[in-house]
Amino acid sequence: MDFGFSEEQDLLRQQVRKFLDDNCPLERVREIAETPAGYAPEQWKQLGELGFLGLVLPEEYGGAGLGWVDLVVLLEETGRSLFPSPLVSTTLAGALLCEAGNDAQKKRWLPGLAEGSLIGTVAVLEESDCGSPEGIRLRGEPDGDGFVLRGEKHFVVDAGQAQLFVIAFRTGDGPDALSLGLVESTAPGVRVEETRPLDRTKRVGTLHLDGVRIGADALLGPAGGAAAALAAHMDRGAVAVTAEALGSIEGVLDLTVQFAKDRIQFGQPIGHFQGVKHPLAEIYVDVECLKSLCWYAAWALDDSPEEVPQAASEAKAFGAVAITRAGIDAIQLHGAVGYTEEYDVQLYLKRSKWSRPLYGDEDHHHDRLAELGGY
Amino acid sequence: MDFHFTEAEQAFRAEVRAFLDEHLPENDPPTETEIERWNHALGEKGWLGFHWPKEHGGYGGTLIEQFILKEECSARRAPPLGSDFMGLTWVGPSIIMHGTKEQQGEFLPELLAGDSVWCTGYSEPDIGSDLAGLQCRAVRDGDEYVVNGSKIWTTLAHKAKYIFLMVRTESDASKSKYKGITCLLTPMDLPGIEVRPIPALTGVHSFNQVFFNDVRVPVESRLGEEGQGWMVVVRALANERSGISEATEKRRHLDDLIELAQTTERKGRPALEDPSVRRSLAGFQAKISAMRLNGMRYLTKQLRGEPAGTETSVNKLLRGQLEHDMWNLSNGLLGSHAQAEGRWQLGSLGYHGTVIGGGTPNIQRNIIGERILGLPKD
Repeated sequence: MDFGFSEEQDLLRQQVRKFLDDNCPLERVREIAETPAGYAPEQWKQLGELGFLGLVLPEEYGGAGLGWVDLVVLLEETGRSLFPSPLVSTTLAGALLCEAGNDAQKKRWLPGLAEGSLIGTVAVLEESDCGSPEGIRLRGEPDGDGFVLRGEKHFVVDAGQAQLFVIAFRTGDGPDALSLGLVESTAPGVRVEETRPLDRTKRVGTLHLDGVRIGADALLGPAGGAAAALAAHMDRGAVAVTAEALGSIEGVLDLTVQFAKDRIQFGQPIGHFQGVKHPLAEIYVDVECLKSLCWYAAWALDDSPEEVPQAASEAKAFGAVAITRAGIDAIQLHGAVGYTEEYDVQLYLKRSKWSRPLYGDEDHHHDRLAELGGY
Repeated sequence: MDFHFTEAEQAFRAEVRAFLDEHLPENDPPTETEIERWNHALGEKGWLGFHWPKEHGGYGGTLIEQFILKEECSARRAPPLGSDFMGLTWVGPSIIMHGTKEQQGEFLPELLAGDSVWCTGYSEPDIGSDLAGLQCRAVRDGDEYVVNGSKIWTTLAHKAKYIFLMVRTESDASKSKYKGITCLLTPMDLPGIEVRPIPALTGVHSFNQVFFNDVRVPVESRLGEEGQGWMVVVRALANERSGISEATEKRRHLDDLIELAQTTERKGRPALEDPSVRRSLAGFQAKISAMRLNGMRYLTKQLRGEPAGTETSVNKLLRGQLEHDMWNLSNGLLGSHAQAEGRWQLGSLGYHGTVIGGGTPNIQRNIIGERILGLPKD
């Protein structure tokens, strides 16, 4: 029994943190967030060269062949620094392609995702905003050996940046009659409409599909046989978003603790007062709990698949509540300056608006935990 | 990262399970005879003083074995490991660490045999959370200390043979308050000691106020050197600190709460069908998992030999939060039945003692704010 990181994992954390501190402090984050692309292509390329984009992909397809415990280290750090990039979406698209795709598909797409020449994302949600199978109503119309898609996918992470979409659609009526198809952004009938997000460091959009064809070679796994892969993807998504949220809570806690030490009122640093000290201690408790839940879920993804659904839901449910509270409390502890655009604390509040619903909010995961727990 | 247990550890777990199969009392709560039998079986097995070193008559259980033993016992709702929790958990180990040969010979065998009960004299009427400010005085007079003052919230003082007593031997205010504290291993039957019961709000008598009026304690009863008392207190808490029993206990509490939600109604339907009830329960589940996993992370730190931190404050706070919220939900489920005495109702009064004991939530928040986050001290 050993619930801690290895020396290599500690080194990975140091390396990522140094890269982000050197290349992307918060003033740079703000600049990048206001560009149309929403990420810095030169940084993206560097991340690819460092092996961070294909961290969990097998080495034979250009990845680093590491596990989810390593990946959550990386994501915690990108979350801490509010690093603007399509890392989460590309990583999740790669992991899904790796699980459900055949060898030819993996050979064709994974090396590009791993090196950064290709940005990918997974499109699951629709207007109903329901992430379980019944929420997927987009129906593939049979067309020769493939399908044609007409409809919309909503809340697609990094839709405007992605060149490759993995799209979930329905090929029958039962809950399990789901399929996954690969579509390039340049394919005829594909149009992306970007949403203007509260959190400018994260992008999201609507994918319009107007007669988009998915040939047999673009189907991931058999038609109607993708339910399990999709469910696994939703769990990985919950863990990935939680890892970034954990880092963001740590980031906003550091920032607010520093403010509480520097800001003088009534002749003392405000951190002296229990009305300030105690809410900060509560955020710390949330950080500790979320570390435990998130890291355990990552370990389960690597080593104990049967524990994944419960571990992922516990982590995401707790994380959704924790990042919401941290964002709100941090603003309030700053007082008036917290309400300004100038102070960085507002960036974390906005990040919580992205993290909380993505891959299920606390209500969604609490309902699921009750179901899994048989109560 | 690895959550698997070695073959030897798994074998030990099987041994614990077999022991429980054979000796676990049938009644819950167990009868007095059953408790006696349970303690006797533990003594035979060598599991009283489980974490004590072998050369002092202990079992020499490793940290992982302690973790496994506590987890298994807690999961089966076993009675405590011996009826002298304080004696076995910190008094004995402190005597092993700081005591003379004579003290070890006098107190340890009795402790292991379950023949003595110890109480702990830390808190005082004016000294609660700021423990190091304690005022109970001991003045040296020849071969004796003369003790005057009072201790409060002293659990089991009315049954104890000895008190693990912290006194002030240096009253010079210019010196650090931590350096003037001394530990005395004091028999409760010395002249001048008076015990007055303090019934808890539940009506249960477990704690007391103890008065010391010119009590003469021989110098040989001093544990360690004069002025080393604070170090004794701090080191005494250095045993297994994963808090696994607390997490397992909360999991059992959750199972009971789920059952309560099945058997009480809301709008004519079982309360468990109400989504808000289910979501509350699931929220508790996630926090209980976090508590267990936090404990495993701290245990890992301990196993790796990293210094003890103040992390236990995290689980203490988390537990306090869970107690409040879980008992609050049960009261809501009981509706008007919450007005009458009963197991659930008394529980919703009694948990306050657990939350306050060992440092109130606000003290834990101060510890985290100051020692971990580095905020200015109060």
